[in-house]
Amino acid sequence: MTRLYILLAVLLTILLLVPLFLETYVLGIFVMIFFYAYLGQSWNILTGYTGHISLGHALYVGVGAYTSTYLAQNYGLSPWIGMLVGGVFAVMIALFLGYLGFRFGLRGVYFVILTIAFAEITRLIVSHVEALGSFSGIFLDFNPSFWNFQFRGNVPYYYIALGFMVFSIIVVRILEISRAGRFMVAIREDEDAAQALGVNAFKYNMIAIALSAFMTSLAGTFYANYIFYLHPDTLFGMALSIELILRPIIGGLGTILGPVLGSFILTPLSEISRAYFTKGGFEGLHLILYGIIAVLVVLFMPKGVIYYVKKWLNPILRLDEKNQGYIEKGKEAEAES
Amino acid sequence: MDSTLALQLLIQGILLGGLYGLIALGLSLIFGVMGVINFAHGQIMVIGMYFSYWIFVLLGIEPYLSLVIVSAGIFVLGYVIQSSVVNRILDYPEAMQVLPLVAIGIVLENTALLLWGPDHRSPHTAFSLDTIWLGDVMIDVSRLIAFSFAIIITFAIVIFLKKSNMGKRIRAAADNRMAATLVGINVSRINNFSFGLGAATTGAAGALLLPLMPLSPSLGHDFTLTAFIVVILGGMGNLVGALAGGLILGVAESMSTLFLPATLKQVVSFGILIVIMLFRPQGLLGGKK
Amino acid sequence: MSILNVTNLNKRFGGLTAISKLSFELGEGEILGLIGPNGAGKTTVFNCLSGFHTPDTGEMIFSGKSLLGMQPYQVCQAGLARTFQIVKPFLTISVLDNVMVGAMIRETSIKKAREASMEIIQWAGLGPMAHKEAEGLPLPLRKRLEMARALATRPKLLLLDEVMAGLNPTEVSEIIELIREVNQKGVSILLIEHVMQGVMALSERVLVINYGSRIAEGTPVEVVKNEKVIEAYLGKEFLNAQS
Repeated sequence: MTRLYILLAVLLTILLLVPLFLETYVLGIFVMIFFYAYLGQSWNILTGYTGHISLGHALYVGVGAYTSTYLAQNYGLSPWIGMLVGGVFAVMIALFLGYLGFRFGLRGVYFVILTIAFAEITRLIVSHVEALGSFSGIFLDFNPSFWNFQFRGNVPYYYIALGFMVFSIIVVRILEISRAGRFMVAIREDEDAAQALGVNAFKYNMIAIALSAFMTSLAGTFYANYIFYLHPDTLFGMALSIELILRPIIGGLGTILGPVLGSFILTPLSEISRAYFTKGGFEGLHLILYGIIAVLVVLFMPKGVIYYVKKWLNPILRLDEKNQGYIEKGKEAEAES
Repeated sequence: MDSTLALQLLIQGILLGGLYGLIALGLSLIFGVMGVINFAHGQIMVIGMYFSYWIFVLLGIEPYLSLVIVSAGIFVLGYVIQSSVVNRILDYPEAMQVLPLVAIGIVLENTALLLWGPDHRSPHTAFSLDTIWLGDVMIDVSRLIAFSFAIIITFAIVIFLKKSNMGKRIRAAADNRMAATLVGINVSRINNFSFGLGAATTGAAGALLLPLMPLSPSLGHDFTLTAFIVVILGGMGNLVGALAGGLILGVAESMSTLFLPATLKQVVSFGILIVIMLFRPQGLLGGKK
Repeated sequence: MSILNVTNLNKRFGGLTAISKLSFELGEGEILGLIGPNGAGKTTVFNCLSGFHTPDTGEMIFSGKSLLGMQPYQVCQAGLARTFQIVKPFLTISVLDNVMVGAMIRETSIKKAREASMEIIQWAGLGPMAHKEAEGLPLPLRKRLEMARALATRPKLLLLDEVMAGLNPTEVSEIIELIREVNQKGVSILLIEHVMQGVMALSERVLVINYGSRIAEGTPVEVVKNEKVIEAYLGKEFLNAQS
């Protein structure tokens, strides 16, 4: 285990030093990598850990983005605080959705469709609200300052996004080894069995969806102050919902580093192929590529890329070290009896 | 409230609803036989629309006349999708089933984008602008034709499944995959055929829809959702339920324009969806869960 | 002192009566066998007791508290644990992590939960595979895991649903021993079983149900000779042929 931590520390150090060597365009790609890794990680908390699939997570991104922007533009509230307010709204909506889904026993596809319905309804309603920009969307003014969560150049955004990503990794790690996290995994594997073992499935499902929604919405504020344009179709739309689940699924659902790995693989691929193909006038080709890769990964690497990476790295990193101790003890005990 | 307007909306809603039912029929069939939720359903329909459009523009054949060819073409598409991808994921956990089909939907949508570009197309087919009058009520001829075809095709499929040998094999495989294999049914091939059939009906619906609305690659996603709502309304796997659900949804959407702007009518649809899922998840007519 | 008192339990599913006017008692520390032909309603009884089904009428008193209206997780927390007829291991996590889920209901400290779980795992003979994924376990070991997991919740009453099905005679003997040890530690047991070896060896009393109602009750020896029981399992013709 310690070897893994050393490896991660090295990688983090490299990432911290990257902005010194790369130009703005490439930094921008990294920002997107971190951004989508963070989103994927946040989504992973719900779907990877409790097994309830959400195809409407863009809802929370939108809630975060629109809330902090509205408060900033109309009340001068710093997006840093607006971000937290957005988080609270996201949690409220998620708890409502969760209540409907979990209390009424909507499992599998029904839950998926519920999440889509919520996102779509919100998209449609926001598209009709004048104060939120209606069909034309909202443009943000560029007033760079820390307080305004806006900066010149990509470097500050790079570090903030990196910070978000690391934060999400830490959150998921804490969750994974916590009591709550273990209960969530049990629920994912077999909710009935978990209940029979005393796990209050409803409570932990609600915790999972609330935490997931909160974290997702923070990214919405980042997005707003990085892209400077909000539109309901982009922020609440299925395209974003799908985009943010691709990386964790390809990287490895329900693992800590899966979403991160998935983002490091998919995001550059997406950016580069989009730039390349759009220049040649082949609109949409990069998305076709995307879709095909997604299908291939699910068919041939269903556990996600991280599973194979772990196996390959195991001899070097000796990830089983911790377990070896127990297995030895177990063999001793067997031999004694 | 203008009663003529209300009546008109009601009738237009019923007519469109029949078409919704046809679109959802394929989805219900696919779910009934394989337990798979086809997230690419709307996009398959859109390919059907483009195929029909292409034939019209290149060969001058009306969508209603090329219906059989379009259906056959989309049948092949469905067959290929099932045999290459879906057959392999039948035993996967649900999360892993959702993604490949969503991805296929993306591939189809962007193939259409690549081949035909993002612009809306409204071909002037034979009856696309014609209307007839029933008293004070105006009815689009193309809607009426679409509705009639939809009803005919729906019942043809239901009868096919009930009476024909192939239909019986399909129903056996839907009921119990293992038992069907044991009695010698080639379940993989049945699955391919079923997906193909489901796709074909949706493709046909697309062809019928062509005169009714502007065509663009992004149409698929909305229709996938519409099909879901209809199927859940009527009952998953219940084919007649798909028709019933379609009619109800068509009417609800249409009538809602009396109180809401047209762009918000989907909120009504989703509202109905949520209520049904919470309080009658097996659908109004009951189906597989 | 009875730890479980079931009175006049009734449960229907649509037109099918699964349990009809069933009443029985389980004494503290006792092992009661619950047998009957397939479809007699035995697992439904377990489902009602453990909160997965709501009985239509009737009362179930466990340690002085009514189980009516309790959610499954509350039933477990009250001290009544169950296993499932078709085992439900948490497949992608290790044996240890599986058992820890049960242990953590009683132990908020993860370290203590882990220690308690390892103890149970060693006792159940699963020590060497504590870190193996549950998915890799063959059926007999999965059954032990199911039992170990339920035991980790420190139940006062354990419902065992056909734990011996699919085991060979050696495995059956081993599990009989384990169940005996569990009972000796003070856990009352209600045992659904088809494997007669297990029923005879373990049960102090046996309750026989058919079509949802009780047809016989008594010691294992008495019950096996009971005419109604023979008829239920082997049919009227057999009974007539016997006499």
